[in-house]
Amino acid sequence: MANEVVDHGRRRFLTATTAVVGGIGIVSAAVPFIKSWEPSARAKAAGAPVTQSLKKVELGQQLIVAWRSLPIFIVNRTPAQLAELPKADPLLVDPKSEVDQQPKYAQNETRSIKPEWLVMIGICTHLGCVPDFYGEIKPEPFDPNWKSGYYCPCHHSRYDIAGRVYKNVPAPKNMVIPPYHFVDDTTVQIGVDPEGAA
Amino acid sequence: MANVFTNIGDWVNERAPGMMPMYRAHMTEYYAPRNFNLWYYFGSLAILVLVNQIITGIFLTMNYNPSAAGAFDSVQYIMRDVEWGWLIRYMHSTGASLFFVVVFLHMFRGIMYGSYKKPRELVWLLGMLIFLVLMAEAFMGYVLPWGNMSFWGAKVIISLFGTIPYIGNSLVDWIMGDFLPADATLNRFFALHVIALPLVLLLLVVLHIAALHEVGSNNPDGVEIKKGPKGNRWDALKPADGIPFHPYYTVKDLVGVGFFLLIAAFIIFFAPTLGGWFLEHDNAIPANNLLTPAEIKPVWYFTPFYAIVRMIPSFLGSAVWGVLAMFSAIAVLFGMPWLDRGQVKSIRYRGTGYKVALGIFVLSFFGLGAVGAGITAEVIPAWFGDVDLTTWENLFGRLMTLLYFGFFAFLWAYTYFGWEKTKPVPDRVTTHD
Repeated sequence: MANEVVDHGRRRFLTATTAVVGGIGIVSAAVPFIKSWEPSARAKAAGAPVTQSLKKVELGQQLIVAWRSLPIFIVNRTPAQLAELPKADPLLVDPKSEVDQQPKYAQNETRSIKPEWLVMIGICTHLGCVPDFYGEIKPEPFDPNWKSGYYCPCHHSRYDIAGRVYKNVPAPKNMVIPPYHFVDDTTVQIGVDPEGAA
Repeated sequence: MANVFTNIGDWVNERAPGMMPMYRAHMTEYYAPRNFNLWYYFGSLAILVLVNQIITGIFLTMNYNPSAAGAFDSVQYIMRDVEWGWLIRYMHSTGASLFFVVVFLHMFRGIMYGSYKKPRELVWLLGMLIFLVLMAEAFMGYVLPWGNMSFWGAKVIISLFGTIPYIGNSLVDWIMGDFLPADATLNRFFALHVIALPLVLLLLVVLHIAALHEVGSNNPDGVEIKKGPKGNRWDALKPADGIPFHPYYTVKDLVGVGFFLLIAAFIIFFAPTLGGWFLEHDNAIPANNLLTPAEIKPVWYFTPFYAIVRMIPSFLGSAVWGVLAMFSAIAVLFGMPWLDRGQVKSIRYRGTGYKVALGIFVLSFFGLGAVGAGITAEVIPAWFGDVDLTTWENLFGRLMTLLYFGFFAFLWAYTYFGWEKTKPVPDRVTTHD
């Protein structure tokens, strides 16, 4: 037996197949550990729709409600604020909301179903901070020609009062409009599209 | 009595014959160049701080509660109710900042004296990996107190991965285990911070030292003592300019340890927050996912890298560029051994261009730090009055970013095209007998 010639081809084949099978085993064993980092069933279940009455939101005021632990900005915009929206177009990255950051029914100048009501996920599209509401049309320290909107304290990104991002700031896109619909004139439900809309 | 110890020593050596040779190879018969200066304290000090972090960290876990509901209160409990808890926590938090002070100086030493060059490339690469793991370790530790700055810092840093096209958003959910930093995030960060990353860190430190002792230490003259004359007082075959690490450098390092502990103790006892630089005021407020702090800024040691993210605008509808630039700022350091084609190691014998470039590089690092820490946002209006802050801050920050990366580009061109006029390097270290 000891004098038998070593079959190198066979030895290489066995080494390679053992390594491959072992490698597949290691990769397969890693899957449960990697998948265990996914949001758990409990975390996913916490994402139910939220219904909010708008009766107490005064003109020019912002209300923040939580939906899926995300801050939802609800703003009762004034006619003056709405009048500023078209004028801001040349200063914006995506004035016509062409990037898919809103449902189809909110792809308009005001980025909303009803012009006066802004319903928006208040998360900066740069790195996920909550931008501050600077609702008044008056000079601000960061912009002498401020026409109301949002200013992110983290990296100084600026958005207009429809959540459209200004040019030359770190944020790349307009803020996201969530799916929502009006249950009646003064009640909004966040997380559900209007009937008939996709 | 002496006999008892000798006997125990013999007993162990018979059963573990590798112990004494290993001790000799790394301590009493590891010949380090005789001309180490002040810059050579920071390696051993880094080990000292690592030990401090591990010991104080273990004791902190005994009272810390890794849950979104209990974390913040348990840290207050450690600070107020646990006997000496405040000291242990301040030792840990001050240690974290001093770790970066020591490591930055240690890295600067390596750059200044060309310690990353052949044959020490692997030492440098392992050191850079340590730096990378240390940053992850520090970030996750910063999240654990679950203050508002912890929460928002976590959100911003994790969102960096969200800028990656296609997989970004699901990657962020995967890292957080939820749609916001939450209980799941805190728990996994705790597990990584207290066991996974420290194990990796310790392994890398062992490899870093093993790789160093294989090739031998560099020195302020950048001269290879192994290539110089042989024969010193202890061994006829070892480098003439080498002295045993123990007791010569252990004793020298103890002096450094003394000074270092003096400074550390002063901070721990008299200024543990160091005016908001080591522990931030906004982190004394519990995490609130609906309230972003007025100004989110990272702890000081991340500010230069954070400034780079801020200075790069989005392009082609993506914010990934700033993040890429930030990671490149660290990645480019890995390339040092191959970017620098110069044969001369130490700054003492390098060309004027190198000295000027290194000086500008250090200034750009501080400049970026000032932008990241929000110093420029205060200074520009104070000095120049009513100017457009965003424009001027961006201009300054982008210039600093350019200078930071420019150092590496310059260093390559300067050495690749042979523009560097070096001075003659001595055959032996300058302090030999």
